[in-house]
Amino acid sequence: MSISKEEVVHIAQLARIELSLAEIKKFQHQLSLIIDYVNKLKEVDVKQILPWSTVLELNVFREDKVEQYAKYQELLNQAPKQKNGHFKVKAVLK
Amino acid sequence: MELFELTLKEAAQKIKDREFSSLELTKAFLKRIDQIDEKISAFLDVEKETALKTAKEIDHKIQKGEYYSPLMGIPVAVKDNILTKGIKTTAGSKILKDYQASYDATVTKKLKKAGMVLLGKTNLDEFAMGASTENSAFQKTNNPWDLSRVPGGSSGGSAAAVAADECIFALGSDTGGSVRQPAAFCGVVGLKPTYGRVSRYGLIALASSFDQIGPITKTVEDAALVLNQIAGKDAFDSTSASEVVPDYTKELAKEIKGIKIGIPKEYFIKGIDKEVEKLVRAAIDKLKELGAQIQEVSLPYTNYALAAYYIILPAEASANLARYDGIRYGYSALGKEEAVKNLFSVYSRSRANGFGDEVKRRIMIGTYSLSSGYYDAYYLRAQKVKTLVAKDFKEVFQKVDLLATPTTPTVAFRLGEKLDNPLTMYLSDIYTVSANMGGIPAISIPCGMANQLPVGIQLIGKPFAESQILNVAYQYEQATDWHFTPSLSPPL
Repeated sequence: MSISKEEVVHIAQLARIELSLAEIKKFQHQLSLIIDYVNKLKEVDVKQILPWSTVLELNVFREDKVEQYAKYQELLNQAPKQKNGHFKVKAVLK
Repeated sequence: MELFELTLKEAAQKIKDREFSSLELTKAFLKRIDQIDEKISAFLDVEKETALKTAKEIDHKIQKGEYYSPLMGIPVAVKDNILTKGIKTTAGSKILKDYQASYDATVTKKLKKAGMVLLGKTNLDEFAMGASTENSAFQKTNNPWDLSRVPGGSSGGSAAAVAADECIFALGSDTGGSVRQPAAFCGVVGLKPTYGRVSRYGLIALASSFDQIGPITKTVEDAALVLNQIAGKDAFDSTSASEVVPDYTKELAKEIKGIKIGIPKEYFIKGIDKEVEKLVRAAIDKLKELGAQIQEVSLPYTNYALAAYYIILPAEASANLARYDGIRYGYSALGKEEAVKNLFSVYSRSRANGFGDEVKRRIMIGTYSLSSGYYDAYYLRAQKVKTLVAKDFKEVFQKVDLLATPTTPTVAFRLGEKLDNPLTMYLSDIYTVSANMGGIPAISIPCGMANQLPVGIQLIGKPFAESQILNVAYQYEQATDWHFTPSLSPPL
């Protein structure tokens, strides 16, 4: 299989998704199928090719101005925990 | 004829002429949903009270002589990844099960302003990831033509609702075919506009460089009427285009004599269902009969488009879905489970419990292809292949005005058939992803029935040439007659 169990565990850790042992096994198989398929891109000669093409081909600029969102309390109310107008999270440092 | 069988064009005329009120029309649809959605399961949420209230308000305006848009009083369904203020917007995910949108998407706002009556929100694959709507965390939707089959996806609820006459039209979103493929499977019209033609503001993001909102309708003219209302520059979406929005109904009636249509040979390869190929070829003959010049063309990188798509899409999705962290909104494992003791476990348990398998797979593929050591081999290479696919289109459009292809390689497949192998599900998008890679407009319209199941033909146009593909689609539609309604007798 093109992806090892250890790689699945590592990716899941980076992606912040907890997996059970059964899931690790299942995803190792399924992700390998997908990676095997997309590996056909290796056949394409891309040496002289630039990435990032878009139809619009323009940059959009605006002033970098801070605005207070009028209904921020509504947004805060969607959080499981808030305190003094902020999201409350578990301590990061011990 | 029942009121729920009317097209947008017909219903708008009759409301304008006051043959019936929006309230009567809305009631007819709510009754229809009551009677048959048990079988179809297209809707996640039906907003009965709000719909009736809006219909009355619109009727009041019309009675006062204020008629300003063909959408006034028209009952509409919206895919549940498009924000609708004050109503639940779930994206078909457990992680957003109780999420109430605090603002309207730009398209919602525009349709409300034009006078639509919002009937409710339709089912979809979780975060629009899928081709069968089976990845919804809440329910499976059945194809109105054969209830044992999928409606396609990810806008399966919207396409099924239109096909089953549960709304006059619906909105979907199309990242790699999610409007066109279900439209083909359900025998209705689905349009993906040029990238940037319709604002993405308030569309729950999947892959931001591909996502585009589009109408799913009963006829081509209806698609033009809806696009007229939703297209245009939006200050809230920096990738929305400032090109002038024409009246998309203006060119529908134009003759298509002399128009050059390319048939990409790479779209008629092994894997395509024989019946589907036959019907699409017959439709191309019909276009020729109408005066179009048909010529075979080649898009050499077609074969690699799907592989590149399934690198770029998961990469963008993994970044877009990082916001579901159990801290700001949506489902959180915090306080629910003993084991959630630190910040890391708030993230990883909330996401483990909140996301379904397909979402997890794509986040992991995206994370893998963006991670150090693999970035050049996968993500950067896929972006370069995208450039090549776009170049293919640019070159072919020097020779022809538009392209005609099948929308899908097969008719609607059976529920459960492709669930075990994600890759076979991905192959369902093989004819639709390229238009998203090139950012160009494409439409799927019905072109016949194979074993009593609808088949769609896809027309792909130049950037911002929506008027042209609508014109050709309309001329084909008028010369044929593929408007059927599946025989769904309401339960006694």
